[in-house]
Amino acid sequence: MDIMVDDMSGLTVERKPKVVARDVNVHYGEKHALKGVSIDIPEKSVTAFIGPSGCGKSTFLRCINRMNDTIASCRVDGTISIDTQNIYDPVLDVVQLRARVGMVFQKPNPFPKSIYENVAYGPRIHGMARNKQDVDEIVATSLQKAGLFEEVKDRLDDSGTSLSGGQQQRLCIARAIAVGPEVILMDEPCSALDPIATARIEELIDELRSNFTIIIVTHSMQQAARVSQKTAFFHLGILVEEGPTDHIFTKPRDKRTQDYITGRFG
Amino acid sequence: MNDHIVSSYDQELRTLAGKIAEMGGLAEGLVADSITSLTRLDTVLAQKVIATDVRLDRLQRDIEERAIVIIATRQPMAMDLREIIGALRISNDLERVGDLAKNIAKRVVGLEGGFTAKKLVIGVEHLAEIALEQLKNVLDSFTSRDDSVAMDVRRRDDEIDALYTSLFRELLTYMMEDPRNISFCTHLLFCAKNIERIGDHATNIAETVHYVVTGEQLTEDRPKGDTSNLISVDLDS
Repeated sequence: MDIMVDDMSGLTVERKPKVVARDVNVHYGEKHALKGVSIDIPEKSVTAFIGPSGCGKSTFLRCINRMNDTIASCRVDGTISIDTQNIYDPVLDVVQLRARVGMVFQKPNPFPKSIYENVAYGPRIHGMARNKQDVDEIVATSLQKAGLFEEVKDRLDDSGTSLSGGQQQRLCIARAIAVGPEVILMDEPCSALDPIATARIEELIDELRSNFTIIIVTHSMQQAARVSQKTAFFHLGILVEEGPTDHIFTKPRDKRTQDYITGRFG
Repeated sequence: MNDHIVSSYDQELRTLAGKIAEMGGLAEGLVADSITSLTRLDTVLAQKVIATDVRLDRLQRDIEERAIVIIATRQPMAMDLREIIGALRISNDLERVGDLAKNIAKRVVGLEGGFTAKKLVIGVEHLAEIALEQLKNVLDSFTSRDDSVAMDVRRRDDEIDALYTSLFRELLTYMMEDPRNISFCTHLLFCAKNIERIGDHATNIAETVHYVVTGEQLTEDRPKGDTSNLISVDLDS
């Protein structure tokens, strides 16, 4: 259970853990990439993973929707559960899991299809819509939630790749939202965007957190400080320190965290 | 304060700390000189204090500008951020200390040719000695990042407050004894109050040092020994 201060009301609220990881170890062949990570990710809030390149933060993020399954040499031990259900349970349907845990990548990667089809694809293959009308509605609400609808409503048949970088990223977020996920993973979602498009995405993340549990990996510490309520610092495959974001950035307990966020080692 | 990957950042932080040290030395000197000018009724020294205070003001503005530029360009975090916020707060306190010393010096100029009674000044001098020691200790604690020294300074402030209260009583007594003492005693009383305020700024700085070192803000009330607000005189007695 995480105790957090709500920015709006200033009241402390208790957030139940949505994702619970216990003693997670990841090996890529011989390489021990993640060493005994245990963390609770609180629901309906933004948790940021920070750390230097190769520290294991993206590896851990990819464990949460089992994307590491696609890498043959990768072995994951320990447990990760979402709402107390172990996602590494052999009977679990991975496709269903990935509908519950959406992902947004570093570079916007819309399908080379129309804006409409980009969003409609997921709900269709998951059988979430019975007819055209249902699909239309999901597309519209998803684009609205992603803050893109007003900009594209008159050209839904244009190619997704014809949009600007920031719009493409919001389209990818709309695509992730369309299948009704509970958790959204974001792997450096703004690193390919200009500051204005970045600010839009950050604003969007702030809005989305009232409905989704968001986990974001970012190299920008300012971004982590701005958008997240909880921050976890990884270094050399170890989860060094986790805690409320304002604590991590003003009075971290661990010297390694201090050195990293103040720019003393890379 | 060093070892940043970007070495010019280190340099900026060092310069900022250096400026605080410079302000601290200057403020200590101003307080000491203002008290000397008071005990000797030395108006030349008093004028010098008044003129030197301008330098303290200038330094404070300089520190403020540098801190703002560092915040804008480096986005400081954790201890670096606390360091910069600490520098801002301490420079404010030291600037106020300078103003209080200047006020004492101005009173010396006003007292020129006035009645000098050494015994009246001794109490104020003693008060100033403690305040100066507090100021010195707290500035040392900032330089050495020593929280325990800072906390000692904070605890000791009630000594100044208690002394100020007894001085208040003493000066009242002199005024009641002989109305010709009133003008001089009133000036002395203001000087004593100024010194007591300098002690308060020393405790403010001590709290800032605590924040810089630990990241914790002090919330509990500190000991208060100034009860002069409760003293009254009965003129009919």
